[in-house]
Amino acid sequence: MKTPVRLTTPLTDKDIENLKAGDNVLIDGVLITARDAAHKRLVEEMDRGKTLPLELSGQVIYYVGPSPARPGRPIGSAGPTTSYRMDAYATRLMEEGIKGMIGKGKRSPAVIEAMKKYKCVYFAAVGGAGALLAKKITASEIVAYEDLGPEAIRKLTVKDFPVIVINDIFGGDAYIMGVDRFKA
Amino acid sequence: MRQIDKQTIVHAVKNLCIEANYNLKEDLTSALRMAREREKSEIGREVLGQLLENAEIARKDLYPLCQDTGVAVFFIEMGQEVSVTGGGLYDAINQGVREGYSEGFLRKSIVVHPLKRVNTGDNTPAIIHLEIVPGDKIKIDFMAKGGGCENMSGLTILTPAAGIAGIKEFVIKRVKEAGSNPCPPIIVGVGMGGNFEKAAILSKKALLRPIGTRSNDPDVARLEEEILDEINRLGIGPQGLGGSVTALSVQIEVFPCHIASLPVAVNIECHSHRHAEVIL
Repeated sequence: MKTPVRLTTPLTDKDIENLKAGDNVLIDGVLITARDAAHKRLVEEMDRGKTLPLELSGQVIYYVGPSPARPGRPIGSAGPTTSYRMDAYATRLMEEGIKGMIGKGKRSPAVIEAMKKYKCVYFAAVGGAGALLAKKITASEIVAYEDLGPEAIRKLTVKDFPVIVINDIFGGDAYIMGVDRFKA
Repeated sequence: MRQIDKQTIVHAVKNLCIEANYNLKEDLTSALRMAREREKSEIGREVLGQLLENAEIARKDLYPLCQDTGVAVFFIEMGQEVSVTGGGLYDAINQGVREGYSEGFLRKSIVVHPLKRVNTGDNTPAIIHLEIVPGDKIKIDFMAKGGGCENMSGLTILTPAAGIAGIKEFVIKRVKEAGSNPCPPIIVGVGMGGNFEKAAILSKKALLRPIGTRSNDPDVARLEEEILDEINRLGIGPQGLGGSVTALSVQIEVFPCHIASLPVAVNIECHSHRHAEVIL
């Protein structure tokens, strides 16, 4: 395994320019959670010209709907959900300045093109490793859309949160590279 | 006629929901360990190691194996010589789900209407498949079925002329298109025969067999092996990052069908295959 790249959020264009598909990355700092319903509402608010409930510039969005926290814990199980469902909204969030997205599974060609344009990378966390990933989250706070329950927007504070760069801004795609190497 | 109190079922269902979401069954951990042995990709082996570690953390530190604790799916075999007292069977199951998902700190993932999409708040209603069988027992099989893998499933009705080649092509195409989405290494449930709805139910029921067991029908068992081999040559690998283990098992259930039809359903299951059963 390659030595992991360490990143602290919020991310800058320079951080993004240094990342290549297949890089292992450990993230420190804050991740913003949002999945289907939160994305839909964020984009609807933008369409109506409203001010968003949080600043998105430089942020990394984590596609996750955690399970409820046990008493005394910041969070329950918290692995990534499948990303393509957010493809319809992702470009709008990139226009607002997000620099990273964490999920699992492939993205649409349009989203991959937008990532190059807006300098944003797509990371994958290990799907179905929600217990292991929960241990990397030290704090969680609901910051918007509490009525959405597991789909509310949270700020997660993370330490050594492990992800892999899937799509970089140079056209690299770790899924395509991986399959090409092992297809028989 | 034997009688079972509703509350006995509520309690049993509650325990099944919690058990399945925290304890990965031995057949699956052993399949993951074997997969790690034969996986050719370094990152693939690393991922499989993390999945085994995840199962350890879930069990010891009480975190659900996955945050998507699923739709509560039940396959129930109800003996015709047993009756439920004190309330209805379906109410008992839904009450058990309500209690299990609340007390087990499991995520509530059901919306009340496919278009209105407001969360029901207690993970009910469950999806219940009921079969009446001889005897005086109730067998309850519970599966926590995640959304990510369920979304990658599919059904077709082939012509009889399409035969084995057509079946293979359809199943493998589903897995290839699903790629990294359903959290590989996956388990592939296939329902073959019956009709439109029967094939779909069989494809889910096929997942309840212990992982890696083959069909009793030697021709079907051979087809399971052949499809598994072809899937594992796609190169998708653990988490879709490339590798030689894309599926842990292909499991086919069959049923007689119409002279005109060859229904085939594929139900894809993620590596976090959570199910538990009890006989009351």
